[in-house]
Amino acid sequence: MRAAVLVFPGSNCDRDMAVALKAAGAEVEMVWHKDADLPLGVDVVAVPGGFSFGDYLRCGAIAAQSPICKALVAHVERGGYALGVCNGFQVLTETGLLPGALMRNAGLKFVCKTIGLEVATSSSAFTEGYSAGDVLSIPVAHHDGNYVADDATLAKLRDQDRVAFHYTENPNGSTADIAGILSENRRVLGMMPHPERAVDAAHGGTDGQALFRTLVGQLENV
Amino acid sequence: MKARVHVMLKNGVLDPQGEAVKHALGTLGFDGVEGVRQGKVIELDLADGTSEATVTEMCEKLLANTVIESYSVELV
Repeated sequence: MRAAVLVFPGSNCDRDMAVALKAAGAEVEMVWHKDADLPLGVDVVAVPGGFSFGDYLRCGAIAAQSPICKALVAHVERGGYALGVCNGFQVLTETGLLPGALMRNAGLKFVCKTIGLEVATSSSAFTEGYSAGDVLSIPVAHHDGNYVADDATLAKLRDQDRVAFHYTENPNGSTADIAGILSENRRVLGMMPHPERAVDAAHGGTDGQALFRTLVGQLENV
Repeated sequence: MKARVHVMLKNGVLDPQGEAVKHALGTLGFDGVEGVRQGKVIELDLADGTSEATVTEMCEKLLANTVIESYSVELV
């Protein structure tokens, strides 16, 4: 299984993301934002956390216009998989690949802690290794994680079982405690918490491991 | 020519920064501030003849996130 990790000026979780994917068995290539094409044969594109372009204008807004994001959109339109974590989730909403937007935390503070993350659906290549209702310990570290969408979008997410994760205790004011959502074809996941920071005992927890293992395992068999 | 673009959070979208500013004004003793909404102003230096439609397209594609923000364009 081949994965590409996008790198923007200001990305800072790109190498952690690569380590997590490699540990799960993926071949990983780092791809610079100015590249117009993804490496051939890429199965999943990971958009990492960080502060791409200094969060100028809006978090993820400038990154979403970069050449590599045009290739990302084309990859997803072809049915490819994508995972966006934290700033990566913001980039995915700014590209329009996922609905809604991520606003400043309701408490206005940057939150950096390990939170309880409830798996809302196990029906995706990302979450099949968990059971709905499982509560994971996963770190969050963000200033703009307050998920907002209009009522019609929220109803659609709920009715189509596309909320992937809920917070057990909402750290940022996110609507309906939403921490992560799936695209309509369930092949794109955006989430604010950092599963790549919970894949090794030395991280203090390994609850994120199953996400990467399941994703790599599923795509090995395609 | 110049264009000034005003970007505001849509009505109904909670503006936590505006709420914090409102609270701070109250703390300073300014009574009667019933609401604060914070937005941004973007000034563009444009080649003569750039149409308002082009600036609108800039807003739609980049300057505003129309999921949560509204915008207005003023040519000056």
